[in-house]
Amino acid sequence: MSDPKDEGEAFRKARSGRNYAIMLGLLAFVALVFIVTIVHLKGNVAAPSF
Amino acid sequence: MTPDMTTVEIPIAAPARWQDYVALLKPRVMSLVIFTALTGLVCAGGSMNPVLAATAILCIAVGAGASASLNMWFDADIDAKMRRTRNRPVPSGRVQGADALALGIVLSLFSVALMALAVNLVAAGLLAFTIFFYAVVYTMWLKRATPQNIVIGGLAGALPPVVGWAAVSGTTPLNAWLMVAIIFFWTPPHFWALSLTTHDDYERAGVPMLPVAKGEPATRLQILLYSLFLVPLALTPAFTSLGGPVYLAIAALGGAGFIGLAVRLFVSKDRADAKRLFAFSILYLFALFAALLGEHLVGLKPLALLG
Repeated sequence: MSDPKDEGEAFRKARSGRNYAIMLGLLAFVALVFIVTIVHLKGNVAAPSF
Repeated sequence: MTPDMTTVEIPIAAPARWQDYVALLKPRVMSLVIFTALTGLVCAGGSMNPVLAATAILCIAVGAGASASLNMWFDADIDAKMRRTRNRPVPSGRVQGADALALGIVLSLFSVALMALAVNLVAAGLLAFTIFFYAVVYTMWLKRATPQNIVIGGLAGALPPVVGWAAVSGTTPLNAWLMVAIIFFWTPPHFWALSLTTHDDYERAGVPMLPVAKGEPATRLQILLYSLFLVPLALTPAFTSLGGPVYLAIAALGGAGFIGLAVRLFVSKDRADAKRLFAFSILYLFALFAALLGEHLVGLKPLALLG
């Protein structure tokens, strides 16, 4: 039978890994939206449609 | 349309690691989607900011991953019965089905929304249609209902080049649909060659793949017929200003090899020949799209044999 203490540690480690993955994913998404916005802004400033 | 979860017990296994969630996205399938979408994007020929082009490819890849996650949620009951798929994260108990569903929905929304905001609505609409077609039309409806499941459902896997093309130009001309048609008609012989070697699995899971529903001889005949249609179709880009001399040479030589292996499988009835055709079909499609991609990257002039 596995030690409940070890099992708790494995769950904690796995959860921590998942949390970091979600954090990195969200940060990457925010950065990407920011960069895409700048690219569109740059294009619109260079060639205004009005 | 609810999967039958009563017949298969999903075990509670080790805690889910982030790698298990990555596995839900079927990274190997995703890499093929990225490759064909990139080919469509490059062949479109227009100018596009590299950041936006990379964003478009990312959205297509994440959309493909999202539909794979939805597929693994819905198909957990049949995946658990098949040797090839029973170690996937949901049937093995590492990831809860509800988590796979949530991941699929969230990534679908993110990928389509970002495509609409960053690139254009045509590409976003096509991406949304691709996800819907794979997750709902193929997975929830066709897969368990008809031996034609992978014929019609193959459209979802064939669409990435036209999404890539639309990302650049906002349009979907005939050449983009020609790339779709090549993948669409390549899918049945490719997948049926695989299912000839694994149909015991499909039989156990009750999935009406062609070898299960109609038998091996009918499957081998269908593989041959689709191959005889696919190979001339794959030559046509050389006539429509899409493919150049390298493409034509690869399509002709690869096509001869494809038909040769399909005939050999039809005559020999040997499962080893099915494996050979399956492996060759991957190489064939990869070579066709690599030729298109390479020719357009180096600026080699298309042949346009029809003028």
